[in-house]
Amino acid sequence: MGNGTSIGRVRGTGSAHSGSKHWLLQRYTAIGNLFLGLWLVFSLVTLPGYAYADMMKWATKPLSTTFLALFVISTFWHARLGLQVVVEDYVHEPANKFAAVAALNLAAFGGAAACLFFIARMAMIAAGQESAAGMMQQMQQMMGGR
Amino acid sequence: MAATKNRPLSPHLQVWRWGPAMFVSILHRVTGDGMAVVGLGVLIYWLASLAGGPQAYEAFSAHAGAWYGKVVLVGLTWAFFTHMASGLRHFVLDIGAGYELNSNAAWSVFTPLAALAATMLTWAAIVLK
Repeated sequence: MGNGTSIGRVRGTGSAHSGSKHWLLQRYTAIGNLFLGLWLVFSLVTLPGYAYADMMKWATKPLSTTFLALFVISTFWHARLGLQVVVEDYVHEPANKFAAVAALNLAAFGGAAACLFFIARMAMIAAGQESAAGMMQQMQQMMGGR
Repeated sequence: MAATKNRPLSPHLQVWRWGPAMFVSILHRVTGDGMAVVGLGVLIYWLASLAGGPQAYEAFSAHAGAWYGKVVLVGLTWAFFTHMASGLRHFVLDIGAGYELNSNAAWSVFTPLAALAATMLTWAAIVLK
């Protein structure tokens, strides 16, 4: 902005024109977190037990799988937006700020992708067990069993 | 740029007089950051262990059931309800309500207390099941 007066520099720079999008997305994802977080807490509290079989039986129900995936997307997105504000508040060097936000984006997208893969894998394990049980039953019937 | 370096800075933590609104604002950020770092880490480990099979989940359960695991899980529950309560307070402030000094202070005191009660009720429900 060169040698202009203070007010001239302000006029020349203007606003970023993109802050309200970040702010609104923080609220949209907060609404998602509110409902999905309460659903997760309620589900875990009312679960009959916390053994592997109990967890898988609940987690691989279609509704649970869908909500878990939505919970992952909503929370990682919200966390990414929230941590970005912290970086912007406390990291003042532009290059460091850029590096921190870049690292934050990689961590958020990587973490969310890993969680979505784990949820998909859980569903596949459940589907595999179901079809294996079905095949077992068919074989028993073919061999004249029950 | 020399001129801009000497601009007055907005006052920070150490020069404000402590009050409920400031306390709940700091709590909101602390619990949010805590859940973003620790909570999402636990979420990744929990889902990974379920996807990994019974042995992997047993290892997760052993950590979750140990004293430090319980501290983390109760801490995350508290952080969740605290962030949720102060987040709901933010929704009210976002529409421009609740800025009168008395009601602002009252809600700032109420939200962390409500979160504490919700945390205790949640764990009571789990332990007394």
